[in-house]
Amino acid sequence: MATISSTGDTNFRIGMLIYDTRYRSYTIQIIALIVFMLAAAWLVSNVIQNLALLGKTFSFSFLGDTASYDINQRLIDYSSTSTHARAAVVGILNTLLVAILGCITATVVGVIAGVLRLSNNWLIARLMTIYVEGFRNIPVLVWILITVAVINETLPAPNEFRGADSDASPLLGGMLVLTNRGFYIPAPVMGDMSMAVVIVFLLSVGVMIGFRRWAKKRQEATGEILPLFPISLAILFLPTILIFFILGMPITLEYPELKGFNFRGGVFMRDSLIGLWLALSLYTGAFTAEIVRSGILAVSKGQSEAAFALGLRPGRTMNLVILPQALRVIVPPLISQYLNLTKNSSLAIAVGYMDATGTLGGITLNQTGREFETLMLLMGFYLVVSLSISMVMNWYNERVKLRER
Amino acid sequence: MSDSRKPFVASGDIPPSPPPSSVVGPIAWVRANLFSSISNTVMTLFGVFIIYSLLAAVIPWLFIDSVWNATSLSDCRSIDNGACLAVIKERYLQFIYGFYPEEERWRPILSFFLMIVAVAPILFAGVPRRVLYLSGLYPAIAYWLIWGGTIWGPVGVVLGLVLAVVAYRLITTTLPAVVGLIGGGLVLVLWWLFGVEIFDGALTSVVDIGLPVVESSKIGGFLLSLIIGVSGIAGSFPLGIALALGRRSNLLFIKALSTCFIEFIRGVPLITLLFVASTLLNYFLPPGTSFDVVLRVVIMVTLFASAYMAEVIRGGLAALPKGQYEAADALGLDYWKSMRLIILPQALKISIPGIVNTFIGLFKDTVLVSVIGLLDPVGILNPIRADQNWNGIVWELYGFISIFFFIFCFGMSRYSQYLERKLQTGHG
Repeated sequence: MATISSTGDTNFRIGMLIYDTRYRSYTIQIIALIVFMLAAAWLVSNVIQNLALLGKTFSFSFLGDTASYDINQRLIDYSSTSTHARAAVVGILNTLLVAILGCITATVVGVIAGVLRLSNNWLIARLMTIYVEGFRNIPVLVWILITVAVINETLPAPNEFRGADSDASPLLGGMLVLTNRGFYIPAPVMGDMSMAVVIVFLLSVGVMIGFRRWAKKRQEATGEILPLFPISLAILFLPTILIFFILGMPITLEYPELKGFNFRGGVFMRDSLIGLWLALSLYTGAFTAEIVRSGILAVSKGQSEAAFALGLRPGRTMNLVILPQALRVIVPPLISQYLNLTKNSSLAIAVGYMDATGTLGGITLNQTGREFETLMLLMGFYLVVSLSISMVMNWYNERVKLRER
Repeated sequence: MSDSRKPFVASGDIPPSPPPSSVVGPIAWVRANLFSSISNTVMTLFGVFIIYSLLAAVIPWLFIDSVWNATSLSDCRSIDNGACLAVIKERYLQFIYGFYPEEERWRPILSFFLMIVAVAPILFAGVPRRVLYLSGLYPAIAYWLIWGGTIWGPVGVVLGLVLAVVAYRLITTTLPAVVGLIGGGLVLVLWWLFGVEIFDGALTSVVDIGLPVVESSKIGGFLLSLIIGVSGIAGSFPLGIALALGRRSNLLFIKALSTCFIEFIRGVPLITLLFVASTLLNYFLPPGTSFDVVLRVVIMVTLFASAYMAEVIRGGLAALPKGQYEAADALGLDYWKSMRLIILPQALKISIPGIVNTFIGLFKDTVLVSVIGLLDPVGILNPIRADQNWNGIVWELYGFISIFFFIFCFGMSRYSQYLERKLQTGHG
């Protein structure tokens, strides 16, 4: 197509809407807009007709009604007389709980497995390959069901802990009790003045971050490197431990104890929570392992050789040369794995863990019959979570982008 | 005169001696790869321990103490304490077909073999190209075979596509391609909305060719997984390409629409979309219409996978050097030609690993339909466990499902590696 600039020829013909590339894009977009509007109007009118036929209205007032169902694993107070809104909040917190726990363990598992897959040890590298392939090629729902079944079938029932010569006994001096209904861990009991300890700890976290910034600036200015790790460790824990003992140990631990047929006290984590958490971590860990492996492989060998040639020791080479470059490759897909884990946590509904999908999209939906409102809220929640995670990712990408000069 | 010694003079080259056994051979390999240092040795021993304990648990359970002939779980346990594989032996047909009527099971089998034939020309070079016609017709054939009913419904749907193509050809003889696309689309929609029903009714009353109808609630097991997985894969690929092109388009409205769609779908879990399919989708249709739950699920799974596919393909499009786009423009190709002949073949090649990963993910996600009550392999566990004879059986069933999915997904990932090697044109 020869484009000859048509100077002065401005008289517009209707055919130009189709043939002239200047106008054609507008034509296409307007047609697309019209089709889209027509389709949307058709769908909305269908919805209105259907709702009217069923005698339903569109309102969120059901959120204030009594939920009248129980949630067995919760982070905040809730009873069956609470409202549907509160049930939804409990569910959302449960989702966030299992997502955060899962992200932490998935990262740990993934980093270990990814590094070990590159190990010189042939056997360990093969074992890790089996782990990665096994978990990646079997649906996560099946893994969740299997993990919960492992807990239910292989661990002892609470009543097997009874008696002096019982079959089962708590681990770690009574701190950890593993039963087939769930795990018990010690619960912190906050005494008087315990807030002071918490505040001191938070303050020392702030001081530590400030110290590390200052040390980095100082290193860039003078070239001297401070022993960062021991100093930050000291800043982090010494003041807290000091104040803890000065105030006379205000925080104590409450151990789980066997009373009657079941354990009382401590924090109870249900079998469904543990199973979901473990399965999600192992499943996502397998994907993370591949990401870590490819990230390490992506840093060319010349980089570490150059660092060694400069006389850097292996630890510094890792920290200053390899890791910053590998992380640039690792972090973006890692964050989208976190997002996947959060979304996969909605499978909790299959094992009876009451997360947002189980409360809002499960029992509340079935009790109130308000599919539209509940599903809109549920999708809105997941959208907010995933959009915030992608915002974090974009911010990180922007920060670590290679600055070409 | 004891000085009879002669000086030694070598008569030729000394043959090279073989390398010492500490450098080559199995012993050296073991030393270098398993016991090179203390920490390495510890890890090796740990690995051996893990393998030993796994094998020691699984092999006797699965092979030595397993029971193949029994009628119930308690029967199994009374015979031996290993795996009760009798349940698999009794129920494997249910795992494959769900509750598909026994005398009709040749239909899914036939569709499965037809699928292999239909997919072959797409997967492997060297299969006659003419088979591609079968690939094009396959969805309609498989639908008719599996669900049954009169043949004229699927024929009518296919006829709509033919009519649309004819309309496109007719219009483009005088008018540009855009108008042709719109006209063809219009013909298609109108025919599918109104024409198919009349066509179907008219021809059925004349010549009634059909198979016994099988309801969706009867379809289950791996058959259901394959139906959802294969139609999702087939549908999400073209849709994903369209969305990826839309998201990279210069047309603002199209771009915004594609972006919103992709981000929305990627932001919510599949399970919420399946809830939409099972509870909400009928609200969006004219009152009184209700269509099949499997079809609804297939639509949702396809939409879900196409958003992921679009992002993978968009990555491939973005990775192409700008020169390729400019070269296509310089040759004077229009948008569709440059995409079809120059950009997409390269972009799709780069994105093969991602595309196959999306397919694997989609296939694994088909088990989620058990949450909304369909009888896929996980859903079929409930009727089996509800049977008094098999109440309480766990590992055998999970193991069976896991092996099935592992074989399919692992096979797909191996195939993608083969494809990558085959299409490798670089020098690396």
